[in-house]
Parts: sequence; structure tokens; C-alpha cells
Amino acid sequence: MMQIPCIHCGLRDENEFVCGGTSHIARPGLEQSDTSWGDYLFFRDNPKGLHLERWRHAYGCGQWFNLARNTHTHDILSVYAMTDSPPP
Amino acid sequence: MKYSAWSLLRGALSAHRHWPVAWRDANPKPRYDVIIVGGGGHGLATAYYLAKNHRVTNVAVIERGWIGGGNTGRNTTIVRSNYLYPESARLYDFSLQLYEGLSQALNFNIMLSQRGLVLLAHSRHDLDAMSRWANAMRMNGIAAELLTREEVGALAPALDLSPRARLPVLGGFAQRRAGTARHDAVAWGYARAASALGVDIVQNCEVVDFIKESGRVVGVNTNRGRIRAERVGIAAAGHSSVLAKQAGFRLPVTSYALQAMVSEPVKPLLDTVILSPGTGAYVSQSDKGEIVMGAMLDLFPSYAQRGSFAVTQAIIAATLALFPSFSRLNLMRQWAGIVDVVHDSSPIIGPTPLANLYINCGWGTGGFKAIPVGGWTFAHVLATGHSHPLAEPFQLERFITGRLIDEAAASGIAH
Repeated sequence: MMQIPCIHCGLRDENEFVCGGTSHIARPGLEQSDTSWGDYLFFRDNPKGLHLERWRHAYGCGQWFNLARNTHTHDILSVYAMTDSPPP
Repeated sequence: MKYSAWSLLRGALSAHRHWPVAWRDANPKPRYDVIIVGGGGHGLATAYYLAKNHRVTNVAVIERGWIGGGNTGRNTTIVRSNYLYPESARLYDFSLQLYEGLSQALNFNIMLSQRGLVLLAHSRHDLDAMSRWANAMRMNGIAAELLTREEVGALAPALDLSPRARLPVLGGFAQRRAGTARHDAVAWGYARAASALGVDIVQNCEVVDFIKESGRVVGVNTNRGRIRAERVGIAAAGHSSVLAKQAGFRLPVTSYALQAMVSEPVKPLLDTVILSPGTGAYVSQSDKGEIVMGAMLDLFPSYAQRGSFAVTQAIIAATLALFPSFSRLNLMRQWAGIVDVVHDSSPIIGPTPLANLYINCGWGTGGFKAIPVGGWTFAHVLATGHSHPLAEPFQLERFITGRLIDEAAASGIAH
């Protein structure tokens, strides 16, 4: 089981959390084409390796935060706040 | 060599030393008409139907590991066609029909056992939803039968049927033609039949990138050298996005681990497949006697073929709520496959943004049941350049046009 470092509560078991998918996806303007909107809604990098993703500590503080996690090894590389920009 | 009672008898008289290898483990040639990337059930079935239905035999199936070692060897072997929408019903029922004739067609016993699939209703709302679901199936010409609580109990006496059960069983519905098939036999049956028709099956051959000339794909670079082809098809399930990235485009796919597990073998006690959409749990007993359990996805992106203990625990808890008597069984094996989940839980079978490159993916948690139809329709588009009528609704464009076939809800899959 993964141990996830909640930004507020510290290290907790994975089953206290829900994953909200990829972070930092910019919403297109309403005037944008169907292709841009389809891309925004459905198409993902889905990388094998480093993935920046949102998690919520559902059975803890209830807060959202970001993780930089490796999808192949499940290693967590960094944790940062929702409003922070992605790590370099 | 054709397998038959006669060849078995001959084997008995010659100490079984006359059996040839089932299929040729080929070295890659420099050029093919069609290359299929991915030697799972879908890739092997595609190669077989290319050779059989379209007479395209200069074909290679290239596989990173060994054939049938990915999701084809990591599922719960259930075959069924209990879908809601007409497009899906047609597709999956054709698959089940092909499964019904597959042992004969391939001359390889895939051990299809049409032991039926029973879906459990745990509430009045479940009963209503299942009436709608069963009726939709009948409208699509697929037999479905609503069951009372007593009828469910007669089919699976080991279920906890008491009204005070954690998940009381109020009724359900059955698809009698559903069942299980032997996963290795499906992979090897297709491999053997394709190989006999001249297809090269190349193992330990990993694609590192796609060769492009003026925007068209003309082959692949692999760890075993450069292979050129007129057309390239990807059938790589959970690794579809990795290959798409090498080719230079993205897919509407997220990869998740889907796990399953088996108990130690016990005497026959469950001769149907039980599915509880409320918990996501599906339970059957293998021919070896193991209780086979599966349920929900590990709901975070993953390429690790192991599955999280948190979900292992949830699957076992859901199974024991249905079958309390299983609580003293020892767990023997647990595994996970990386599945390619798309937003509407329906597949993608057709062209990609790159000319000459085609893809068969998006089967998500239900790829095994679709192996025959995935191969049949993918072979059609690879051979002719046009989508098979069954696959026309299942194109990549639907994620731009919004014409989704949202089986995520319709088939009652909990994930």
C-alpha cells in the first residue's frame, strides 16, 4: 500500500485518499474549437514515469494537494499545494 | 498438425513424443505487409483474421515480452455480452458468437464453459435497473432472464441469501450464454492458427520508435532491428499511450491497474459466474477449483503490474460479504494487469492521426471477452483501410464530436 504525504496531515495510508487525475490542465476558452475542447476533456499524456496529479485526503483533512509521482514505481517525488506551480 | 482424437491415440502409442511445437517463435524479417505491435489476445487474433479472412499472411506480431503475458494472462477469463447500447450489444455479442465456435475454428480447445453469469440486485433500485438492463438486451436480440431471489439461490447456493446479510440478495438477472474460457488457450490457439497460416510471431521484441516518412508510418525500430511495413497496428492495452507518445500523438486513455486473485483449489461449489454491481465484485470457480475473485480498479494511474493491498483487501471484503463461507480459504495468487480506460468505457478500433498507423485499444477492464471481435474488426481495417461496420461507432473522433457510447454506466461496471 502506498503511503502518501498529505500536505497538512503527514504520511497516511493510500486508502484515506482519492486521486483526482492529472494536474495543471488549462481550460480552453469558450470560443475554442471542438478539437481543443475534446483534447481538454479526454486526451491525456498518461505517462509511464513522472506524473503530476491531484489527490484529496478524503478521510482526513479533506483538502486537495498535488503529487509528483512515478506511475511505474509508485515513488512519490514531491508534494505541493494546489496553487503552487509544478516543480522544475 | 491437426489435433484430433486420432492424433491423441497415436500419441498414446508413441509415448507422446510426436507432438510438434504449437507455433513458430520467429526472428523478425526486414519487411512485412502488416506489423501488429502487441502479442496479447487482440494482437494474435488480429494476425489470425488478417491471414484467414483477408489472405494477408506476410504479417508479424511483435511482442515486448512473451505472448499472452500481459492482460491476456491477467484477467478473470469471463466472457459475456450483457451490454446496454445497440452498438456495444452488436459488438460484444458477435465476440461471444465467435467464442462459441472458436475451439472448432482454431482446432484448439479454448475450454469455453457457458456456465452463465448472474448479476445480483441488492436493493429495489437494483431490481428496477436490472429490469431495464435485461429488457435492453432483449431488444438487442440477446437472451436475458430476470431471476427471483429463490432462483438466484438455486444457481448459487453458497451465496448469503439471508435477509440480514450485509448485501441482501433481492433477485438478479442472468445471461445463460456467458461463462468463462481458458485464457492461455485463447492466446495459444490464435498463435498456433496464425503461425500455421504463415504469420511470424516475434517475442522479446520491443518497439523503440516508429519510422515515419513524409508523415506516414512505414515501420518500427525495435531492440531487434528495423522492420518496415505497409501498415502498423497497435494492440497494446495499458501501454497504448506509451506507443502513441513514440508515434507523436495522445490518446483519451488512462492506465490503471486491475487486479484479481485466486484462492487455493477446493471441490466444485460454484458453477456459474456471480457479479455484484453494487460492490463491483465478480466471483467464479476455475476448472482447477480455485475461487477467482476480482472487483474494482486501483483508481490512480499506474503501470505497476501488481495492484495495491488496499484494493486487494476491498475485493476480498466484497467477496466475503457475498460468500461468508469463503472466509477460511487461503489466498493463493494475486496479480494485476494494466488496463486502458477511456472515458466512455468503449473501445477504439481504427485509424490514428498518423497515416498507415492503426490502433485497437480502450477495452479497459473488459478486453478478454472482446478478443475475437477485436481481432476480427482490427484485421478488417488493417487489410482494407476501412472500418468494419461493427467498429464504425468506435472511432477516435468520438472524443471530439462528443458521440460517446457511455457503457461506463450502462454495463453496470462499478469502476
